[in-house]
Amino acid sequence: MSEVVATNETIMVVGGGISGLTAALEAAECGKQVLLIEKAPTVGGRVGQMYKYFPKLCFPTCGLEIQYRRLKANKNIRLMTMTEVSGVSGDAGNYTVDLKVAPRYVNENCTACGECGNAVEAEVDNTHNYGMSKRKAAYLPHNMAYPQRYVIDPSIIGTADADKAKEACKYGAVDLEMQEESQQVTVGAIIWSTGWKPYDAAKIQPYGYDRYDNVISNVEFERMMDPMGPTGGKLQRADGSVPKNIAFIQCAGSRDRNHLKHCSRICCMASLKQTTYVAEQLGDECKSTIYYIDIRAIDRIDDFHQKVKQDPNVSFIKSKVANVTSGADGNVTLNGVDTEGYNRYANEHDLVVLATGMESTVPAGILPEGTVINEHGFIDADESNGAIFGAGCSSDALDVNRAAQNATAAALRAIQVVNQVAGTEG
Amino acid sequence: MADMKIGAYICKGCGIEDRLDVGQLTMTATRDGKAAIGKDHEMLCNAEGVKMIQDDIDNEGVNRVVVVGCSRRAKTEAFNFEGVHISRTNIREGVIWVRPDTDEARETTQEMADDYVRMGCAEAKFSTPPSTSGEQGLTRSLMVVGGGVAGLTAAIEGAKTGYTIQLVEAGDALGGAAAQEYKSVPTRNGLQGPVENTVGELIAAVNDHDKINVHLNTTIAKTEGAPGRFTAELSDGKSITFGAIVQATGAKAYDMSNLPEFSPGNADVMDQGQFEAMVKANDGAIKKSDGSDASNVVFVQCAGQRSEKEGHLPYCSGHCCTTSIKQAHYVKAAGGDATVIFDDLRTPGATGEDFYRSAQEAGVTFSKGEVSAVSDSLEVSYNDKILAEDTSINADIVVLATGQIPNSGPNPYLPNDLGAAKEAGDDELVAKIEKEIEIQPQPILNLDYRQGTDLPHLKQGFNDSHFICFPYETRRTGIYAAGPVRRPMDDQQAIEDATGATLKAIQACENSALGRAAHPRSGDLSFPSFRKDGCTQCKRCTVECPFGAIDEDDEGYPKYNEGRCRRCGTCMGACPVRVISFENYSIDTVGQQLKNVDIPDEFDEKPRILVLACENDAYPALDMAGMNRTEYSAWARIVPVRCLGSVNVIWITDALNSGYDGIILLGCQKGDNYQCHFVKGSEMAHIRMSKIDDTLQTLNLEKERVGTYEVSITDVDKIPQIINDMEKTIEEIGMSPFKF
Repeated sequence: MSEVVATNETIMVVGGGISGLTAALEAAECGKQVLLIEKAPTVGGRVGQMYKYFPKLCFPTCGLEIQYRRLKANKNIRLMTMTEVSGVSGDAGNYTVDLKVAPRYVNENCTACGECGNAVEAEVDNTHNYGMSKRKAAYLPHNMAYPQRYVIDPSIIGTADADKAKEACKYGAVDLEMQEESQQVTVGAIIWSTGWKPYDAAKIQPYGYDRYDNVISNVEFERMMDPMGPTGGKLQRADGSVPKNIAFIQCAGSRDRNHLKHCSRICCMASLKQTTYVAEQLGDECKSTIYYIDIRAIDRIDDFHQKVKQDPNVSFIKSKVANVTSGADGNVTLNGVDTEGYNRYANEHDLVVLATGMESTVPAGILPEGTVINEHGFIDADESNGAIFGAGCSSDALDVNRAAQNATAAALRAIQVVNQVAGTEG
Repeated sequence: MADMKIGAYICKGCGIEDRLDVGQLTMTATRDGKAAIGKDHEMLCNAEGVKMIQDDIDNEGVNRVVVVGCSRRAKTEAFNFEGVHISRTNIREGVIWVRPDTDEARETTQEMADDYVRMGCAEAKFSTPPSTSGEQGLTRSLMVVGGGVAGLTAAIEGAKTGYTIQLVEAGDALGGAAAQEYKSVPTRNGLQGPVENTVGELIAAVNDHDKINVHLNTTIAKTEGAPGRFTAELSDGKSITFGAIVQATGAKAYDMSNLPEFSPGNADVMDQGQFEAMVKANDGAIKKSDGSDASNVVFVQCAGQRSEKEGHLPYCSGHCCTTSIKQAHYVKAAGGDATVIFDDLRTPGATGEDFYRSAQEAGVTFSKGEVSAVSDSLEVSYNDKILAEDTSINADIVVLATGQIPNSGPNPYLPNDLGAAKEAGDDELVAKIEKEIEIQPQPILNLDYRQGTDLPHLKQGFNDSHFICFPYETRRTGIYAAGPVRRPMDDQQAIEDATGATLKAIQACENSALGRAAHPRSGDLSFPSFRKDGCTQCKRCTVECPFGAIDEDDEGYPKYNEGRCRRCGTCMGACPVRVISFENYSIDTVGQQLKNVDIPDEFDEKPRILVLACENDAYPALDMAGMNRTEYSAWARIVPVRCLGSVNVIWITDALNSGYDGIILLGCQKGDNYQCHFVKGSEMAHIRMSKIDDTLQTLNLEKERVGTYEVSITDVDKIPQIINDMEKTIEEIGMSPFKF
C-alpha cells in the first residue's frame, strides 16, 4: 500500500452511523484530516433503518441527506467502507491501526444503474430490513446508501450468477477477483463510534420471540411501518392480517440482571413513538398497551409522553411482564402483575412488540490495554484511554440527539490531540 | 473572470443512449444553450470522461461546465472541478428513470431531456463561481458567557484547543450551582455512591490558564459583528473581540413558593439546592433548621413539574431523579432513612441505571406515588400507586425536586409576535404576549442585531436546537448555547454539551475566516449581495431572514453580514424589487431556466408543469422515485431550489405569463414542528404564495394551477402523485391561454 491515507495528524473515526458521521464532519469542518471507517457497504448506520425520529416524528433520511452533502463536499474526509479495525496499538498521537477491507466485488466505476441486480437471480436476506425481506445478491443496500455503489454478496462468488452480474455491467465495475485486503495506518487520535445492535430477543426466553410468529422486536416493527420497508408500510401480523390489540413490552432485555443491566434509554420513547404509527394507520381500530417499569421520556421530550397518554387507544400498565404464552389464532397471552394495585393479569394480544434494548458493539481485545470498557460494554472516559474516545452509543446508551451532541464533544477532544501532534496546541 | 465559455458534456451511459437521441441533446446544448463545446461520452463519470472535461477547462478555457447525465446527488466526487461553475442536468433519475421505455413515450421523454439541457445551460450562463467577501480574518478567540460548570468547561476546552477565551460571569465567583454541591454524581460505571466534587479543580485550572481571561461581576452592554469579527462592550467599560460565542448561562431553580400545598414556608421543606447547601455546610451531617439531626428525609419528585397546572413547569427537568438519588445517599451515609416518592424514576443509560441501583443497594426506599400535600408538621400525604391507597409518611426534612428554568434572556421575537397578533385582531393573544413581554428578563448578550438582543427561544424558553440530528443548530450563527440553558440537564451532561458547543464555536471561527457557510450549507462560499440603486429600503429582507443575519445601515439599506448568513436565499425570495442575488443562485439562474423551457403551442396538448423543489428533501425524494422507477408526468420540469423560502414570486408570475399550465412548490413542514432546515423558509414561502391567488385572478387563471405543498424526503410515492394530479387538473381545466 503506497498511498498514504492517514498520518498521526489524522483523526480516525470508526463507525459511520450518526455518531461517527457527526464526529467526522465536525472535525473535518474544523480543518482536520479524518479517516472514516465503516464496516458496512454504506454509511448511515441504524438511523437509516428508522422510519421516524421521536419526538418530532420527522424522517431520519432528511438529516442523513444533509450529512451526506457535507461529506461529499469535504475533501478532508477519506471514507473507507466494508472496512473493519482488527488491531490498535500505540499511544495518544501515534496509533498504528490494522484494517481489514472486505471485497465489495464492485469498484468505483459503478454508476448504480442497477443492471447487475437485474441480471442475477439469487436472493439473500435483506439486512436493511433485518431479514424480513429478500433482495438480489447484487444490490444497493437501500435508496439512501452512500457511497451509491452496488455490492455483490459473497455467497454468489464462484457461481454463474456472479458471472451474469459481471456480464451485465457495461462499465467494468464488477470485479469478481477482489480479495480481502489488509492495511496498516498511522493516526493520531481515534473516535470509536461503532454504535449499538439490538439485543438478541431470542435470549429473552419467557417472551417467546423465537416461538411465536406474532412476537416481534421494535426494530422490526420500525421497518414494517416504513413505506420503503418489507411490507410497504403496512402494519400486519405474521399471517398478513391487521392487528387490533398490540402490546409493547418495555425493558425487554434491559434493566435486567439476566440480560442487559443498563437502561437503554431510547426504548420508552421508541414505543411511545410507535403507538403513534399505530394510531396514524389504524385509528380506533387498534389498541396499544405499553407494559413498563418507568417511562423514561426525560426532559423536554416528556411532552411527547403526555401527548401519547391523551390518546384513548393507548394504555399503560406498570409491570415487568413475567412471560408470554400461546393462545388461539396466533394470539399470545401476557402474564404478570400490574404493580399499580398489585393485580395479576393474563392479557391476550394479537401482536407483541418487544422493546429490545441497545447492546454495545465495542469489541473485546481490539483496543489497546488500558482502554476502560465498563461492565456494560461502553467506553468509560478515562485518562488511561489515551486518545481513544468513545462517542455516541459506544460511550453509553444514547438517543440520536445526545449521540450527535456527544460525538461533537468527542471530535473536539480528538482535535486537541492532533493539534498537539502538529504543535499548534494552546 | 475571463469570458464565459460553456462546455456541455452529455453522458451516454446508464441507458441514456438507448432512450434518448444524444446527438440531438448535444445540438440543443450548442444551438439553444449556446454552449461553445458540446461533447458526449460513453461514461462521463469514469476517469476518461472526467479527464475530457478537465482538459477542456485547462486548454479550451471552459469555465462553466454543464454535466448532462445523472442527478447532482450522484457521482459528486467525479464531477468536482475547481474554479469553474458546474451545472448538473439530471436526465437519468429525472428523465429516463421516471418515464416508460415505450415508443409512444419516446418523443415526450426526449423533449423533457432537451428542456433540461436548455435549463442547465441557462443556469450556467447566469452563474459565476462564488468567492468569499473576505469580510473577516481568523480570530482564534471565544467569548464564553456564564461561569458555571458548562462555561468553565467551554473555557478550558477552548483554551486547550489553542483559543483565547473571554469568560464573562455576572456573579462574583466562578462555579455556579455546581460549586455549591457537597458531592457529585458519578460519571462512570460502578455501584459507587456520590463522588468528590471536582469543580474547585476546574475553577483553579481556568484561573491559572494564560489563555483565559476571567471577567467577574460583569455583564455585556453590547455585542456586535459576526462570526470571526465580534466585539463586545462589557459593563466595566472594557471592549473585547472574539470570533464566536458559547452561551452557558445556566438555569435557576423553580421557585417552590409557587407550591403552597407543600408548605414551602416551613424551614424544613427545602428545594434540592437548599438541601445540598445544608449538607455541604454541615459536612455531610443532615440537620434540621433548628440544628437537630434529621433521621428521616422524604424526597418529592416532579414537584411542580410535568404538570399543566397554572404556574407549574410542563416539562421534566431531567436531572432531579439523579440529584435526589445522590442526596438520598447522603442521608443513608449519615445513618438516616431516605424515601423517594416518584412517578417515573428517570435514570437512563448505563451510568444512570448504575447509580439508581447503587441507591437501592444502599437501602434507599423508592415508592411510586403522587404526593398531594406536605403539612406544616411535615406529614407527606400521597397516593401509593403500588398499594393503590392514600397514605402518608412523616419526615424530618422534605426535599422538593422542583426543576430548572433556563436563564435564556428575553425572547427576541415577542415584539414581532405582538405586532402580528395585533394585525390579526386576536385580542386574547395580544393580552397573552403583552403579559409575557412584561416579565421578560434583562438581555444577556445584548446583540446589536436587527432581530433582537438574544438567542431565539423554543417553547418553554430554552435556547435549544429544534433539530434531532443537529443539536447545536442555532438561529444566530456563531452563537451556541450549552448546558441547562439549552435543555434541562445535569452537570455531567452540561460538561459534554459545553465541549460540543465549544467545537461548534471554534468551527464557526475557522469557517468564517474562509468565508464558508455554517451548517447546513457547510462550505458554501456563495453569498448574497444587493443592487443598491434598485433597493427601496422596504426592509423585508432584514425582517424575514430566519437567522437575523441582515442589519440595516443608517439609510435603511440592508447590511449583510457574511459570517452570520446561512445562504438559504430567503432574502432573495422576499425582495419585491429583485435586487438580491448570489453568484450562482439568483433571480436569473432560476428565472432563465424556466424561460428556456420550450413551451409548445396550446393545440399541441403538451402542458408544462414547473416544479420548484427543496433541494434537501423534495429533490432527493424525486431522485428516489427515479431509483424505484416510479413514473411521473412528462410535462414536469423540475428546478431544485435552496429552500422554498428563496422562491421569489416573480418566478411564478413569469412562468404563468409564459404559458406554464401548472406550478408546484415543494417545501418542508412548517410550523411548530418545522422540518425546514432554514427554520422559516418554508413558512415564508407559504405566506407569500397565499397571495398568489390575486395574481391568478388578474391573469384570469384558475387557482388550481398553482399548488404549494409540505412534503418530506420520504414522500417518494406522494410527490410523483402530486405531479400526476396536476397533470389531471390541467386536463380538466384546460391549457393555459398564455402560450405565445
